[in-house]
Amino acid sequence: MDYGRGHHKSARGMPEEGPAFEYTPANRARLEEICARYPVDQRKSAILAAVYLVQHQQGYVTLNAIQHVAGVIGCTAAEVEEVVSFYTMFYTRPVGRYVLQVCRTLSCALMGAERVTEELSKTLGIAPGETDQQGEFTLLEVECLGACDRAPVVGVNDHWHECQKPEDANALVTSLRAKGPAALTGCYLRVEK
Amino acid sequence: MEPLLTAHIAEPDAATLDFYVKHGGYEALKKALGMTPEAVVEVVKASGLRGRGGAGFPTGMKWQFVDRKSPKPKYLCCNADESEPGTFKDHVLMERNPHLMFEGCLIGCHAIGAKVAYIYIRGEFFHVQKVLEAEIDKARAAGFIGRNILGTGFDCEIYVHRGAGAYEAGEETALIESLEGKRAQPRLKPPFPATHGLYGCPSAVNNVETLCNVPLIIEHGAEWFAAIGPEKNGGPKLFCISGHVNRPGTFEASMDVSLRDLIYDPKYAGGMRGGRALKAVIPGGSSVPLLLPDQLDIPASFDGIAKAGSLLGSAGIIVMDDTTCMVWAAQNLLHFYKHESCGKCTPCREGCDWLFRILSKIENGDGQKRDIDLLLSVSNNILGKTLCAFGDAAATPVLSTIKLFQAEYEAHVREGRCTVPAPWRSGARVGAAH
Ligand SMILES: Cc1cc2nc3c(=O)[nH]c(=O)nc-3n(C[C@H](O)[C@H](O)[C@H](O)COP(=O)(O)O)c2cc1C
Ligand code: SF4
Ligand code: FES
Repeated sequence: MDYGRGHHKSARGMPEEGPAFEYTPANRARLEEICARYPVDQRKSAILAAVYLVQHQQGYVTLNAIQHVAGVIGCTAAEVEEVVSFYTMFYTRPVGRYVLQVCRTLSCALMGAERVTEELSKTLGIAPGETDQQGEFTLLEVECLGACDRAPVVGVNDHWHECQKPEDANALVTSLRAKGPAALTGCYLRVEK
Repeated sequence: MEPLLTAHIAEPDAATLDFYVKHGGYEALKKALGMTPEAVVEVVKASGLRGRGGAGFPTGMKWQFVDRKSPKPKYLCCNADESEPGTFKDHVLMERNPHLMFEGCLIGCHAIGAKVAYIYIRGEFFHVQKVLEAEIDKARAAGFIGRNILGTGFDCEIYVHRGAGAYEAGEETALIESLEGKRAQPRLKPPFPATHGLYGCPSAVNNVETLCNVPLIIEHGAEWFAAIGPEKNGGPKLFCISGHVNRPGTFEASMDVSLRDLIYDPKYAGGMRGGRALKAVIPGGSSVPLLLPDQLDIPASFDGIAKAGSLLGSAGIIVMDDTTCMVWAAQNLLHFYKHESCGKCTPCREGCDWLFRILSKIENGDGQKRDIDLLLSVSNNILGKTLCAFGDAAATPVLSTIKLFQAEYEAHVREGRCTVPAPWRSGARVGAAH
């Protein structure tokens, strides 16, 4: 995964070997629950969910984890690897505690997303695609998040932060440090007239 | 037109089962389960409902094509991938009115003979997914989903399947591949999903908003539905308006509303931000041709926008004012397309990458006159030569901006810089990326 920069779909880097990997009993049980949603001979349908569970448990995806997933699903490691390398939400390198995903597509860009990235980059001292030294923040540019009326949108891990003004980039970082996800706006979750 | 799909979305507990049932929810399901599947398909056909996912294909016809006589199981796939730039309506429906979509899924399953519906939701909608899963559990506990629904003997499950970041997963056969746990790369058609879809079984892929219209049709009848809006463009429609307007948002209207009213009427997007002049509008998500300010007095319908030379697509209306550089806009979109190309066929995988590079060269002030011709040549070598409609979608922003704003491209080349450097852009990027 190249964090969305210079991405070309024929590029294919192998994840690192990583430490030994095995699902926790809870994650293993959760995976079986998900597999039960598909026909018994179609366990491969759960590969995406299985990789999400790896990421949830270990933060990123490694070759050892891919092999473990293949064993649990009952497919080849190549079948898992091709999924991992295709989808942008799977990380094959460690990421920070907060993954800031600035939407860079047209509607957000028209509302100043380029400057949001610029300001976040300045505040954090890292370029898009990088993680800071403390492992606290990763800065990514991503494509349309499907909330273009609340532009510019910044995804933060599995949450959203909307209507992010460039001049408030610093405030977002500070309040995330202080309050965690409670700092995020996710406007749709609030009702407005 | 009074909102139908979004009537209650501003109320705090609109998404809950209790609220939905109190407002007449699942009555249409009751009615549909009292009808034969054929009769349901007939009503949907008669209503003229056209798919809201982008292509506007008649939904009743799609269901009729599903090979119900096949001994294999049938599947309904609800397309909740919503990744077309400028589109955010399904997101609102799912977050604020999820049971309407479930009811549409259940009626659709009854119509095509399926016992399972998979909702394929894009990975970034994780907060929405949590709402959906909680509400599915409630609906199951209340007997609307699961075994022997409403005591009619109809069994039907609804599961959510989470994607992981891929625009192409919205293409129907790529969606099916992704549901099968593979890369989201489309299949060669034919065979179509109606005969060989999910797990090689007869399947229908329908957009969220499309399915949300189905309970309305069953409840109020085909004629009522068809009478909303212009002929062959019936029913309520959600419009997503973003960009340089005063009130960006999702608005529900019938398709006889004009594009101009959607942008300028205070009921809708409320006009241009700061009173600036409108430069161009992309009326249907990033992949359709631009329209100019003098082309807005047309009905915002499938046929109305097609007549003006563009497409309603996903109804993602992106509005750009006179501070917007059109070379930059094309470059921005081609970054999207080169990033999202699934890589399965060469013209698209390589062509999008080249288009982006050439556009960047021009935008950064290093372009030459022949680069504009090169853009046209590469675009025309993608157009109509790819496995799925993505290729055409990617070539469109380039062809359309050159067609309408060739002078702006030429000025970039002549002056060796971006001639429309907007204040809202990053100073570091305007012309400085050498
Ligand atoms: C590249 C590409 C991306 C697409 N993305 C979506 C999408 O995000 N959501 C959607 O509903 N349809 C999308 N479609 C259209 C689907 O292929 C399909 O036509 C649609 O889901 C059918 O549903 P409908 O008949 O209800 O519109 C996309 C098509 C293409 C070619
Ligand atoms: S046109 Fe593009 S997205 Fe579609 S199959 Fe070819 S490479 Fe993939
Ligand atoms: S363009 Fe940023 S959310 Fe759509």
